[in-house]
Amino acid sequence: MTQATEVLLPASPDEAVAQFGDGAGVTVIGGGTIVVPQLTQGRLKPAKAMLLSNAGLDTLATNGDSITVGAGLPVHRLAELADDARAVAQCALNVADYEVRRQGTVGGNICCDPGPDAPRGDLQGPFLALDAVARSVGANGETSTPLDEFLAHREGRLLLDLRFERPVASAFAALRYPHTHSYTVLAVTGVRSASGETRLAATGLAGLGARLRGAEAAADADAAGRAALEDVELADDALASAWYRERALPVLVRRVLSELEEAA
Amino acid sequence: MNLTVNGVSREVGSAPLTTLLDVLREELGVTSAKAGCEQGGCGSCTVLVDGEPQRACLTAVGAFDGAEVTTVEGIGTADALSPIQQAFTHHYAAQCGFCTGGMLMAAVAYIERGGTDDREAIQEALAGHVCRCTGYVKIIDAVAAAARGDSFDLSTTASSAGMTNLGGVS
Repeated sequence: MTQATEVLLPASPDEAVAQFGDGAGVTVIGGGTIVVPQLTQGRLKPAKAMLLSNAGLDTLATNGDSITVGAGLPVHRLAELADDARAVAQCALNVADYEVRRQGTVGGNICCDPGPDAPRGDLQGPFLALDAVARSVGANGETSTPLDEFLAHREGRLLLDLRFERPVASAFAALRYPHTHSYTVLAVTGVRSASGETRLAATGLAGLGARLRGAEAAADADAAGRAALEDVELADDALASAWYRERALPVLVRRVLSELEEAA
Repeated sequence: MNLTVNGVSREVGSAPLTTLLDVLREELGVTSAKAGCEQGGCGSCTVLVDGEPQRACLTAVGAFDGAEVTTVEGIGTADALSPIQQAFTHHYAAQCGFCTGGMLMAAVAYIERGGTDDREAIQEALAGHVCRCTGYVKIIDAVAAAARGDSFDLSTTASSAGMTNLGGVS
């Protein structure tokens, strides 16, 4: 295996920020579940790698109705949010398997590129639907931006945490995946905010997770299901064809909206 | 850096981004953890790190200086099988044996955290482990039996002598 010429091992959030600097040439390794296989396979040959395991970014804090999730938090710990944001916990428990959920981090899952053969980044869905704010550092210092904006410009930035307001209700629906692989084929998250806004987001797309803004504006659940197909480009991969996902997406949207109605 | 592997302190000289799997197999000669898919999908490399099951193939060793690692070699011997190894033997839960090491370590962790003989719970605990022989029914039987604390007379188990290296060195 090709080794990085320099390996950084920050022992605190401040050290992580200082060592990351402007992010030039730094490959960040959270839990390693996505990056380490790329190193093993020789697809990634970083000049500099930063291992975040001991950087103290594995925080989960509640302040009134505001909840902050550290980028280094292992995915399985999002189950602790079952009473605050049920969809986040449901989505987290749908990621891969017991061991990978313990090892993978929220930051790694949020920031990963779409996989070459299957969708990745399951957590993008719930955090987009929650309208989370991403705090990150990089070339222009520390910024806090909406998650969709962060995702579009995440290259060269180190995600520190995600903050969101506790929703009134949330719901998550996904196509089940077989035992023989660990990837979510298609998933939809719905959130009803304290102000009464309904937000929807999907993963399992041809690219990053995305808000379903047309579906959000639709008059009813059936119209929302149809509108969702105009909101996104669906993945067409080894797990499922775009044709199949096209038929499944409206079902998941309707299911999520129905659950939100029941919960409200 | 140092790792405590099966209770023995071992100095590790591999580079920090080397996987724990490569360190165990190539540097330390501990070979029960298998290199299957090497991307976290098959479970055959699973070991315990500080008591929790973890994919050795996904673990950059540099972040785990001082950790305690337990593999199949650390839970029993050919002459004194651990309860989970006895259960696998009694229930014929190993076929080719390639997945067995990972299955055993996941099962040890499952039982250690209070897992019962509930088959759905066992399936969830082993969800990340693929048996290419598709021997899942007997694997779940074995984990359920071990979770119940069943005891076995392996002298009555056919071919048990040939299975005493269950999940071990190859």
